[in-house]
This record gives sequence, C-alpha cells and structure tokens, in this order.
Amino acid sequence: MRRLLRTPAGLVGTTLVAALLVLAVVAPWIWGSDATRINPAQIGQGSSAAHLLGTDALGRDLLARTLVATRLTLGLAALATGIGTAAGIVLGALPSLLPRGWGRCVVAAVDILVAFPALLLAMFTAVVTGLGGRGAVLGIGVALAPTFARLTHTLTASVAGSDYIAAARMLRVPRHRVLTRHVLPNIAEPLILNLAQSMGAALLGLSAMSFLGMGVQAPSYDWGRLLNDAFGHVYVTPSVVVAPAVAVTLAGLGFMLLGDAFAAAAARTIDPVGDAVLPDLPKAAAPADPDAVLEIRDLTVAFPGGVTPVRQVSLTVRPGEIVGVVGESGSGKSMTAAAIGDIVPHPGLVGSSRSRLCGVDLDTLTPAARRKLLGSCLAMVFQDPTSSLNPALRVGGQLAEVATLHAGATRAQARARAVERLDRVHIKHPEHVIRQYPHELSGGMRQRAVIAMGLMGTPRLIIADEPTTALDVTVQREVLRVLREVVDESAAGALFISHDIAVVGELCDRVAVMYAGRVVEELPAADLAADARHPYTRALIGSLPDMATDRSAPLTTIPGRQPAPGDVPTGCAFADRCALTTARCATRPRLVRDGQHAVACWEVS
Amino acid sequence: MTAHASPPAHASPPAPDRRGRRPGAGFLARHLLRLLLSLTVLVVASFAMIHLIPGDPLRQMLGPSAPKALVDQRRAQLGLDQPLVVQFAHYVRHLCTGDLGTSFFSSEPVSEIIRQGLPNTLALALLATLVALAVAIPLGMWSAVRAHHGRGRRTDTVFATLTGAAVAVPEYLYGLALLLVLALGAHLLPPAGLTGPSSYVLPVLSLAIAPAAMIARLARVETLRELDTDYMRLARAKRLPPWRTYAVHLLPNTLTATLTMGGLLLSGLVTGSVLVENVFAWPGLGLRTVESITQKDYPVAQAMILVYGALVLVINFLVDVALGVLDPTSTLSAGPKEA
Repeated sequence: MRRLLRTPAGLVGTTLVAALLVLAVVAPWIWGSDATRINPAQIGQGSSAAHLLGTDALGRDLLARTLVATRLTLGLAALATGIGTAAGIVLGALPSLLPRGWGRCVVAAVDILVAFPALLLAMFTAVVTGLGGRGAVLGIGVALAPTFARLTHTLTASVAGSDYIAAARMLRVPRHRVLTRHVLPNIAEPLILNLAQSMGAALLGLSAMSFLGMGVQAPSYDWGRLLNDAFGHVYVTPSVVVAPAVAVTLAGLGFMLLGDAFAAAAARTIDPVGDAVLPDLPKAAAPADPDAVLEIRDLTVAFPGGVTPVRQVSLTVRPGEIVGVVGESGSGKSMTAAAIGDIVPHPGLVGSSRSRLCGVDLDTLTPAARRKLLGSCLAMVFQDPTSSLNPALRVGGQLAEVATLHAGATRAQARARAVERLDRVHIKHPEHVIRQYPHELSGGMRQRAVIAMGLMGTPRLIIADEPTTALDVTVQREVLRVLREVVDESAAGALFISHDIAVVGELCDRVAVMYAGRVVEELPAADLAADARHPYTRALIGSLPDMATDRSAPLTTIPGRQPAPGDVPTGCAFADRCALTTARCATRPRLVRDGQHAVACWEVS
Repeated sequence: MTAHASPPAHASPPAPDRRGRRPGAGFLARHLLRLLLSLTVLVVASFAMIHLIPGDPLRQMLGPSAPKALVDQRRAQLGLDQPLVVQFAHYVRHLCTGDLGTSFFSSEPVSEIIRQGLPNTLALALLATLVALAVAIPLGMWSAVRAHHGRGRRTDTVFATLTGAAVAVPEYLYGLALLLVLALGAHLLPPAGLTGPSSYVLPVLSLAIAPAAMIARLARVETLRELDTDYMRLARAKRLPPWRTYAVHLLPNTLTATLTMGGLLLSGLVTGSVLVENVFAWPGLGLRTVESITQKDYPVAQAMILVYGALVLVINFLVDVALGVLDPTSTLSAGPKEA
C-alpha cells in the first residue's frame, strides 16, 4: 500500500478512486432529493449561484445528479467487471481442464473474440437483450471476458511449465485440483492487478453505451445517461455536458492511474542510484608519441555506485601494428574499446590524462570535429556480426553511407568503393552482395562485411571487439587473415580484443593482459609462450590445452573468481587467486616497464 | 543460417534475391483460413442475433399495440416463419448477392445505407490512424532518444503522465471537449455534419488523440530497445549524423511493432468512430447503427454488426499480410529465418 502512494501518479489514482467510492456511498443520501426535484421555473439553465453547473430539461440540478449517479455508474461497472472476470477466468482455465482437442477449440474461439472491439460485442448483446442497464452490463461483461481469458490462459500456461506442477502431475493429482490448488493461487496476483484497469474499461464502456442511448434508460441515470440527456441541449447551453463529462474523465483517469500504480508496485523496479564519479587522474608527464595512431594514458570508465570497469589503462598502437587486449569477461577489455570509440553507454563517464587518435589530442576538439575524426579515422568491429548489421537495410547501403557522409562521395562512387572493399575482404560476387540484406549472408560473410564497412573510410585505427567469438573455427581463420592483410596493406593500427590468448598470440604484435579493469602485463606476442611473467598471464597460458595435454586429466583452470568491477580490492586484484601472494600484495603493484615488457607484480618484476 | 550461403566455399553462383519473393503460400493460406473461419463465425452470429432475442422480436419491433395480423404479415415478409435451416440458407444466399435486406422504418435497402455511410466512416478511421502515426512515432522516438542519453528526466515524467492520461480518456469525450471549445465556443470549425474539408478536423482529432498516445508509448519502448543493439552501436561508431542514425537505421526496425499496433488501433477506430460520429452528426455508418439499435430496426442492426465485424477482421488480416510482406526477417513469413 505504501508503495502505491509513493509516486505522484499512484497517489492521484488512489485518491481519485477512494473519493469516487466515498461518493458512491454517501452522495445519494446527501444530494438525493436535489437530484430529483423538478423545477419548471429553471429548465435547461446554464451555471448560476443556485445551480453551479446548471439544470436539465426538467430543471433538476446537474451537479447533484452527477454526484448521485456515481453510485449507479460504479455499481454497474463493478457488475460488468465481475461478469467479465468470472467468464474470462473460466474460459481461460478451460483449455487446461478439457481434453486437448476441445481445449484448442476454446483457445481458437477466444482468439477470434479478442479480435472484435469491445463496443461491437456490447452492441451485439444490447440488441439481443434489449436496451437498458442490464443489457449494457452483460454486453460490457462479455466484451471484457476475452481479454481476461487470454490473460488467464497465458498465465496458466506459464505456470504449467513449473516444477511444482510437474510434481503434482507425477503424483497423479486430478487436473481440476491442480488448477484450483496450484495454478489459480499462483496467477491470482496479476489477475487482481488487472482488475483496476478492467474497472476503468468497464466504466468507460458503460458510459459510452448509455451516452449512445443503448445503456441505462430514464428514469434511472448514470453518467452516460446524463451525457446523453445533456447532449440534446449542447447547442443551446453547452455547459450542461461539463459535469458528467468531467466525472467520466476523472473516473477513467483514476482507475488507469491506480492500475498503473498496482503494476509498478508489483514490478518493484530498482532505480540506479546517484551519478557516476570519476576518480582524480594524474596529468600526463611523458611527451606524446608522434607516430602512434592511438595513445591513451590512464583511461578510466566509471558508472554510478562506485563501479569502475576500466582503471587507468594505458595503451599505444603504432601504424601496422596489431595490439591484442586479452582477459576474461568482466576484465574491462570491451569497455576499454567502447571508451576509445566514445560509445560508452549512459550513465558511464570516461576520463583520461591523455587520449590521442591519429596524432590529434581528442580533448582539444569540438564535438563536431571529434565526430568527424572518429568517423574517418576509426573503424569498429563488434563481436556478433548478426546483430551489428542493421537487419532492415541492404548491405551496400550500410557500407556506402560512410563514404557519402564522411568523404562526400557521390552515390555511384560510394557504391563502387563498397564493391571494391567487399572484394578486398574476399567476399565473392560483391556487386551482388551489396543488394542483399544481412540475413541473407553467412556469419563469416557478415563479419567480413563489417570489416569492409570499417574500411570504407581510410581508417588509421581498427578496433575489433571479439570479432571472431561468434564464428566457428574455420570462419574465424578467414576473418583473422583478412584483418592481418588489411593492417599490413594500409599501415593502419589495430586493437584486437579477445578472451582467447591463443588467437591473440598468433595474430598480434603486442599483447596487453587485463585483469579487473587494469593492464597487468604488456609484452611482445612472440614472448607470450616463453617469457610471460605475471602469474595471471602464466595461468591463462597454462590453462590452454594443446596436442600434448593429457586428455584424461581435467582441464587446468584458475581457481577463484575475478572481483566484480564495483568490488575491486585496494591491493593486487589477483592476490586472492595467486600462488605467489605475500604480504606486499596488499598494496597495489604498479606497472613496471623493462624495455618492451611491462608487468604489474611485486613478486616477478 | 541461410542454406545457400555455405562458408567457407563461396563457389555457388549468386542466389536469387530473396527480398523479391513473396512470403510463402503457407503463410497466406493460414491467414486466409483464419479470416474465413472468423467471417463464418460472424455470419452465423449475426444471423443468430435475431433468434437470440427473448420473446417475439416482431412484437418488440412493432410494439405491444400492433394488431396480430400486421405482426404475422411482417414475420412472413422477413421469412421468420420458415424453418431455421431455410432461413439461414436464404440469409447466406442474399449475403452473397449483396442483398442485406431493407430497413423496417425507412424501407431503404440496407446496402444503400452502407454505400452512403461506409466511405465516410472509413475516411474518418483512416485519417485518424495516419494522423496518430505521423505525430506519435517521432514523438515516441524523440522521448526515447532523450531518455537514452540520460537527459530530460523531467521530459520523461511529463511524457509518461500525458500519454497515460490521454489513453484513459475516451474518444467521445475528446469530441465533446473539442466541440465545446473550438466549434461552439470559438466558432473556428463546423460543429456537425460533413460540409467540407474543415468538417474533418474535429472528428479526426478526437479519434486520433488516444491512439497517438498509445503509439507514442510503444514507439518509445521499441526505440529504447533498438538503441541498445549492436547495429545501433555500430551506427554511432560510424559517426553518422544523428538524423541519419535515427531515421535510416533505427526507424525501420521499430516500425514492425508500431505498425502492427497501428493496424490494431485502426480496427478499434472503426468502432470508436461510432461514438464520434454521434457527437458530430457525421454521415457515416455509426449514426445509422445506433439509430437502428435504439429503434429496434433489426435488419439494419444485424447488417451493421456484420459490416463492422467484417471490417475489423479484414483490416486485421491485411495488417498481418502486409507485415509478412514488408518485413524481410518477419517470423510470419516463410522466408529465410535466423536461428
């Protein structure tokens, strides 16, 4: 209940509905006589001091009549909701009780009924049962039933798959008992939550029927009937429709808001707390490397709640070089790639003490210039080629737009270049492929098409984030070969992100090993096998099976688990899993550089 | 994975463009069967309607004071004295020739009433759907993009509150409000009837507001979902100008769900127009429908229920088929599917 009142919408909804319920009870006692007192001297008047909202054709006070009508309106709506709910639950539960064939017939019948708008069903019933409140209530009830039936059926089906139902079935509990004892109690909550909304729908539906003259008939009156009466005089005294119209609107809003609030309270969503805070970063001291295509120092990514998936990562990529970034999932390697590409999702924050791309300091650029530089200089390739091509657009168009938008090429030029680039990544029949949609290509072709898309400009840096993980091994080789060729031919640099240290060792020139958001070791790829020093790197290499691995023994694993990005210790993050841990490891080791090799470990450097 | 693209050997000649092919015959047959089944149910229901009325429908129609001879004469006229099977056969045969009977009160052929009213009703529903889509999709996308950037938390609340409230108010009350303010108050637009293009404004507006709010909410949810996909990340990584990212890359992928909703709303609008037509005295089917039901003009009422029901079913069918043809990866179509 407290949860209902916490949001303004929930508060308004609850208040409105509560007020309506109170009115429904007390209004006929208080204003009952005013509402029926006929006054021939004041027929069809507008607003006055005596009659705040005017009078009807018999001189009765409209405000009093509207207030009094609350009881009948709500009562009929409740009745219709009751009918609809009961009929709907029975219809929805029947398929799980009846023999399979009959059950399917019921489902099909409900499917057909759901398609018809409520008003149509209500009009049908109104014809059959004759005009009047009874017919309208029955009609709206019938109209609500299919929706409830659908809901009950869906919920029942979802519960039916659960273990306790399976257990009950195994114990040969009769089906109707399974339904009443096990299924209905478990689906009651969403059904009850739906009631507020159904009440609103029933009230609006009944008011519409009465407004059209097909519902409540004089001398009874609900809000719809009052509207119907007033509408006859709307051209003479327009204000007479205001009271019942406002009443219907408020009631509709109240039940809708209450229904939403119920649903929100049931969903119990947790909002993220606070904003992301970046730690203080040192000023870069060393002079910038003029040759590097990418140079970042102390790159840090922070999310709200103290979650820092990337911590002071420094990387340099030179032309013609492929730098591998390797680590388990959660080590921050993909977030590093996203930060360099400037596509870290909201509400993450990115900071660094230096970030230079193609020899230009990114921090000094205006947003527009930055976009232009990133667009022309940087190409990104993501893990899953299925999802990184837009399914709604032709392959050629997705490639060509890079050239037309960033390089100002004409459509024909862009198209020619797209064909040429596809050919360069060894896609057969490129002039045909550009007319195809992504779902018509194989996984390997798609990933090469994404690489070709990166080559549409003249990229100096290619960031490939696990580009081969979603592909099978033979296709993997093809994609890696294309990547190597592209780097060799264009003298671009590449950042290759992978969890697979074997692939990284084979493809890359240099390797950075990441753990818990930091680079723990950086070394030439050639030294991986013989000269890896950090215990984590060695454990990664040690866990690789090769031809000599004893296949009867279990695969080597690294015991323990990498700390979560919000929960990294102040000391060495790997200490808990490390065989070499000593007291010194409670302080975090810095990355110590020794020529080509850098390592962050007290015990080995 | 598609059958013709078999890596790593791409020696096969180019496969035919799948896009050009129609969705499989099975897909169409399934939906046609469903349509026919529903239409059959509808025809039976509309036929049964008169027979479900408790007591004597003729008595109800003509009133308690009518002489018995007249009642019997009218009964014979309607064929209601024949066995049910014969009556049903007659009913279906007449339906097939487009003969829907005659009105009890005006003696007009019902087919003539429909011929006059249906175009006006359809025009109203179609225009309202188009207006709703045109306003709601950009609005929903705009709100989603802002929310995704973490900007405009206040816009978000305002958007949710306004659209939520707009959905909760029925179309005929919008009609009443617009009538009071713009037609009777400010005298800007005609209050009733169909006298020219300006007559369309108020009815179309009153019909479009609630669906627009619903579509905007849906478009927002769909957009938020698509914004997190890899291809949108890639589109951003390609540094396309924002309009291109959203209009070319994002919009087509949100359209399937949004247009499905639009189609469903259109069939709802067809009946919603009944109320609005009564507010604005619009010369469509809705006015005649309500009149026939309140006057107990059963032949007209029967035909109106049939026409509205058939309209809803046919619109739903067309929406399903259109989506199957338009969406290259739709699970509805029998075309290639992704695992």
